[in-house]
Formats: sequence, structure tokens, C-alpha cells
Amino acid sequence: MHGILGFGAYVPYRRLDLSTVASVAGGGGGAGMRAVASYDEDATTMAVEAARLARRRTPDVALESIWLATVSPPYLDRTNATTVHAALRLSEECGAYDVVGSVRGALGALRAGATQSGPALAVASDVRTGLAGGPDESFFGDGAAAVLLGDERHGDVVAEVAAWVSLSDEFVDRWRIPGETRSRVWEERFGELRYNELGHEAMSRVLKAADLAPADVDHLIVTGTHGRACRTLLGRAGVAPERHVDGMGSSIGNTGAAHPFLLLSGVLERAEAGRIIVLVVLADGAEALVLRTTPALAATRPASATLDEQVAQGAAVPYGRYLAWRGILPVEPPRRPEPARTSSSAAGRSRPWKFGFEGSRGADGAAHLPPRHDEPERLPMADARGTVVTFTVDRLSYSPSPPTVFAVVDFDGGGRLPVELTDVDAKAVRVGDRVEMTFRRLSTADGIHNYFWKARPCRGGVD
Amino acid sequence: MAAHGITDKVAIVGMACTKFGERWDLGLDELVVEAAEGAFASAGVGRREVDAYWLGTAQSGMSGLLLSRPLRVSDRPVTRVENFCASGSEAFRQAAYAVASGAYDVAMALGVEKLKDSGFQGANAAPVPNDGTTRSVTAAAMYSMIVPAYAKRYGVEVDEVKRALARIASKNHANGARNPRAQFRKEMSVEQLMAMPPIAGELSVFDCAGVADGAAAAIVVRAEDAYRYTPSPLFVKALSFIVGDGSGVSDPEYDFTTFPEVVLAVQEAYRQAGITDPRGQLAMAEVHDCFTPTELVLMEDLGFCARGGAWKEELAGTFDLTGDLPVNPDGGLKSFGHPVGASGLRMMFEAWLQLRGEAPADRRIRTLGQRNLALTQNLGGYPGEMVSFVSILGTEAPAA
Repeated sequence: MHGILGFGAYVPYRRLDLSTVASVAGGGGGAGMRAVASYDEDATTMAVEAARLARRRTPDVALESIWLATVSPPYLDRTNATTVHAALRLSEECGAYDVVGSVRGALGALRAGATQSGPALAVASDVRTGLAGGPDESFFGDGAAAVLLGDERHGDVVAEVAAWVSLSDEFVDRWRIPGETRSRVWEERFGELRYNELGHEAMSRVLKAADLAPADVDHLIVTGTHGRACRTLLGRAGVAPERHVDGMGSSIGNTGAAHPFLLLSGVLERAEAGRIIVLVVLADGAEALVLRTTPALAATRPASATLDEQVAQGAAVPYGRYLAWRGILPVEPPRRPEPARTSSSAAGRSRPWKFGFEGSRGADGAAHLPPRHDEPERLPMADARGTVVTFTVDRLSYSPSPPTVFAVVDFDGGGRLPVELTDVDAKAVRVGDRVEMTFRRLSTADGIHNYFWKARPCRGGVD
Repeated sequence: MAAHGITDKVAIVGMACTKFGERWDLGLDELVVEAAEGAFASAGVGRREVDAYWLGTAQSGMSGLLLSRPLRVSDRPVTRVENFCASGSEAFRQAAYAVASGAYDVAMALGVEKLKDSGFQGANAAPVPNDGTTRSVTAAAMYSMIVPAYAKRYGVEVDEVKRALARIASKNHANGARNPRAQFRKEMSVEQLMAMPPIAGELSVFDCAGVADGAAAAIVVRAEDAYRYTPSPLFVKALSFIVGDGSGVSDPEYDFTTFPEVVLAVQEAYRQAGITDPRGQLAMAEVHDCFTPTELVLMEDLGFCARGGAWKEELAGTFDLTGDLPVNPDGGLKSFGHPVGASGLRMMFEAWLQLRGEAPADRRIRTLGQRNLALTQNLGGYPGEMVSFVSILGTEAPAA
């Protein structure tokens, strides 16, 4: 079985302050924050961001496959992972597969990636919705995380999989009717008891398989679909409380399929070499993994955009706007014509530009965005940073969340693009601001999502 | 480039322009008929005497049938042309070249646009199927980027630039208030205009051209035939059209304070017309003030004042009716309204009225009787990717 070569977690910029919920919804909410995907984000765009983070130390690993796990797929019938595949500019021979519909699917994606012969990327991403004022609205959060899997032939393994136990079970505790914005749950005690039995069993088996005792565990992650069951198992696992990994319930919320990878990424960002990490996921059974970190981990640690940094950098979104973004509160649309649907054939022809953000370089050395047809030299620009040369705030153009903030960006190393800004406060933009590119969903028409890139302010980290 | 021009080969012998504005009562057909009938009457010709037609419209319909059907023209060539907001000027160019070539004796150029049937405020381009990566911001937003760029380049406070923009709008509103065909006929003070809330960058609704319905038309003949139709024709002294390659939007050298396509077009027009001192030689100019910063930049690009000087000149009243060089004496796009395909011909219509002394006394240009050339400048597109037309029209007969 493969080990872990890379990892990355993506937390969207916006936060809902849960204390603001009750005054609007008449109840619900609570203390803390949940992460909120912006109006231009979905499971696919967040997966792209997480995958970019996971690949940044080993961008050249030739992936055999990528697996996208999500409960909130932007599309059914067609594959969502191919969009991620295109945005990452992966080889056409790299398989791109969805594992869609359940939280547990993320572990299936991880297992599929870990057990194939070549390197693989498992990405999990979710926009988690519940009804206004309900407990799930506060329990959930939005986010994505990715794990790059392979062995020493492909790169430096930063964590080995020492043991893996998977127990499947059939009982109905949490379910969602396809198309609905809410989950439904059975009476809480039933699930709590079932999951505790499953969790204990999985954990004892996996520790035995790895020839370890609970006291050997340095970082214990327990997550899943049943919040209370996770807390109970964590308390009774025989691992000292200071070795319990915080579930980030009050800073991000439970990100569904993404949460196991997200918490694991957070641990790998701070764990030392030779440490034992146990990951238990309670979802329609129990999965338990024992991971052992290696000395290579320190070199893989991200220099910026760590999970903690992203949590710290978040900015509030008002509750009403959050509800509008999720379609829970229908608000007056802009009185402008809605965008036409994107042409499939035109989008297909411009795939390297539209999805991969490739420019071109002319004989004179100048970079051009979009690429020019007569310039064969292609420039990958997605990781280029740039500077705002001038900008405007457009209160007239159609946007799912007006106003549109639009800037002319000059990229380091050449190239200029007039492009929309996102994750930005219109009043705070200044000429000279530093920006980086992010993959977003511009709009949707006739059910076709229009994906393209926007610029967002560089926040923290090295520049 | 071998641009030879058709200086003094073609004359306008009749023109008409409808009232611009919210013409809820009129459809495209009625607008076409009103402008065409007016031009026939102005030139004293019947429709059978016009040999060929060019119709400019940006997005109100397709093909020559837009004109042939309402005018009941069944045995003539009718060509629909489109070149963004310069579609009317483009129609004129084609008609002028057609008579200059000798292919036809009499041709009509007609520009029309019916914008107010969309049900949305503002102008909205008809979408062409595309890959979804094209810019979606409004024209107002694109032109609003001139404001900070201009302030930065010339070290002027943004508020001073805004004051100059308000002065431009105020001037054009004052002129439009004296024009019965104009969409907006209310004078607006600089203070009122500066207090308006922004809609795109620093621009308010009052920095934007009026979205209007309307039509305008011209009848052209070879210059030697002109006096058979009217004792006071307007002769075409220059026609110039430049389309950039759109590279400005992706060129880090471009700084949003000039329109290179306009500079090239006007240089060529001045060459054709033998103009060396536009501010001293032109009696008036009609320019494409789609947004107030556009007029600001155009004053410099057209050579009416020094680079970096337009904001001061506008504040000083240089381009007022009573100024050194009256600009947009009819109210411009700002106040007359901008029925896209009609605007280029509407500009020529003002030259037709003013140079021939037919403009009403309260908006007559100060230069009347001293100079006899008018410039019209009509553009389409955005800063960095633009089509630009310039004409120079004059009353002086060609040397025999």
C-alpha cells in the first residue's frame, strides 16, 4: 500500500459567525464559526484549490489517477473530477473518477488511490448545507482537502500507512434525499451506540494490526457523520486528551467528505517525524488507519496557507448573504440579463486556457493571456502572482453576488489580464495589491457551470 | 499603409435625425422610415433616386431587409453593416466610397438602433456562444478605469478629475437642453453631478451616455453633383477608420490614458484634410462621449489640447459652445442619447446643422462664420480594444 507524498487543506475565505443565526432564524446557531464556500465556489473548485496545495512540493509526479469524493457534486451523470483534472493540467492518461454521494466515499477514494500501482491523488470536497436555524447548519462547514499517494519510486513518503481496517455496516442514521439542501437524522442515541461499537472495534483491530497500544498514539483523529459519537469515542479511546486532534467544529465545522483529509492535513502540518497518527472515520461503519510519519515530513511542510493560517485569515459573511449564496433564501437577482450558457464546444477548444490557465509566450518574450494561436510556447500561469494595476467596482454587471470587483492584473514575469477579483472587500482594494489566481465557478446557465479563474488577494505567507 | 482618402470627392446633400430617447411608441421600422423620409425630403429626392443603401445597426436586427422591408425598396442593394458603436459611421463610409467609386450616383447611409425593447436598463450586447472566459463587466466599468489611471499619470487628485468629468457632463447637458431632439434636456450643475452615487468605479449614471432609440440618415452624391441637390452641401474632407488588434487589454505597457486607435485615425484624417492646427481650424467637433472620461481622453488624443491638459481645459470651458473649440454642441452621447448604430450619423447631422447655420440660435457655435470644418469621432469597443472612426466635413467647395 502507498504512503502519503503530499497533502493540503483548503478552507474557503468566508466565515459565518454562528451567534448571528438565532436573531434571524429564531433559533439555532451557537458559538463559534463555520467556514462558508463563496457564491463562486463549489465542491469542484475547492477540490482544485486543495489539490494545488497538495501537489505544490511535488508538482511533477505523473499521476495514474485522481479521485474526487463529495456529497455535493456540482454535476450528476457527468464526471466532476475531469474538471479538477483539467484545472490541474494533468495528462490525458491520468484517470479521473468521482466517488459521489456519501461522506464515507472519501475513504474509498483514499483506498483506491493507495492500492493502485502508480501515484494517485485523493481529493475530498464538500459544500455542506442544512436548513436555516437547524443544528446541521452550525455543525457543518465547507472545505476541501487532498492527499497525494505513492511510494518511494514517486517521491519522498512523509507518512506510511502501517495498518488499515475497514468495517462496513448497514443502518440508517443520517441520510439526504438527492437534491435536498438538508440531511435528515435518526434519533441520536441509536447512532451514537452503533458508532461507538464500530469505532472501538475498528480501533482495537487496527492498533493490533500495527502492533501498537492506545498509549502509543501521538495524534488521534476521530471524525464522521455523527458528532456526538465522535466525541464519545475520542473520550473513551484510551488516548490522553492532549493527543486528541481538535475536530475544528467551532472554527470551520464538519466538512463532510473532506473532513477526514482536512484534519489529517492539519496534523501532518505540525507533526514530527516518527509519530503515530490514528484516523478513525465513523460513517456507515468505521474506517481506522494507522499512519507513521517519516523524517521527510519536515521538507514537505507548507511554507504558507497552512490550515491554521487559513482559519485565522477568514472574514465574516453576513448570515443573510450566506443564505442567499446557498439558495436557501431567494433574493432579488440583479436586474440584468443572465449570462448565456457556456458553449460546450468552445469551452472544449479552449480547455488549456479556460481550465488550465495557460498563456503563451511570443518570439519577443512577451507573455499573453489568453494564449495566442500563433505562439506555440505555452506558459502555465495558474501559480503566477500579480499586482493590481487599476481596478473598478462594477455595480451594473450581472453577478450572482454584486458588485463585481474587476482589476487589471500584471503578472510577475510578464502578462496582463483584466480579471474579476474574489474573496475581497470592494472598499479595501488598492492599486498595487498583490493577487494570486483561484479556480472559480463564474455562473451557471441551463445547469452548465461556467468555470474559470479569478484573482484573489495574497494573504499571509511568503510572496 | 496606402490610405488615399476621398477628399472632396463626395458630398452630403441631405440629412435627417429622429428624436432620440425612450421611443416606446415607435419600432425599428418606424424609426427607419422617419429618418429615411427626412433625408429624402432634405435632399429633395424620391426613394427611387437613391441607388444603394447602407444600414448601420449594432444589434437591432440583421441584413438589408431591416431597411428594404419598411421602405418598400425591392430592387436596390441594401447592406447591413456592424462595427460596434461606430456602425453608423461605418455605413456612411461604405455609402461614400460607393459613390466615390462611381458604382452609384446616389447612396443613403442610415443608422438605427432600438435599445429600449430589451426590458433591462443599460445597453446589453447580444451574446455570441463562447467559452465563458470573456469579460463580463460593463462598458461603464471598463471606461471607469481611465479615472485613476489618468489621475496617476498626470499627478492630479482623483477629485479634480471627477470635477472635470462632471464639467463635461454639465456642458453636454447644457447643450442637450437646447436641442429638441435630445433624450435629456435638463441642465445639471457640476455640484449636482458630483453628488451622484457611483455605479462603476468613480462613475455615476450621469457619467454615462443615455441609452436611447433613434435613427439618423445621410444622402451622399459625388461632389460635382452636389449643387444639383442643395445650395449648401457638406463635402467629405476626410474619412478614416482604424481597428486595433485588441492587444491593449493584455499589454502591460498600456496605461488607460489614451486610445491609440483614435490617435492613428485622427492623424490620418488630419493628413487627408490638410489640418495642422485642429483647435484653430475646426469650427466644432462631435466626439464619442460614451462616458465622461472618454471625452476627457479624446480631447488629448484628437490633439485639441496638450497631454494631461484636458481636465483643465474642460474646467476652463474651452470646449463649451462659447469656447475655443465647441465639442458636442448637440449634447453628445451623454445628453442626446446613444442609439448605438445611429450615433455616428447623428454626429454628422449636428455638423450639417451647425456649419450650414441651421442650428437654433441658443446653441449656435461661437466659431460659426469663422471656420468651416467639423470633425466627428465615433468609436466602439473598450480602452485597449477599439474601433475608431474620424470624419472631417466642410462647407468649402472643392477647387474646380
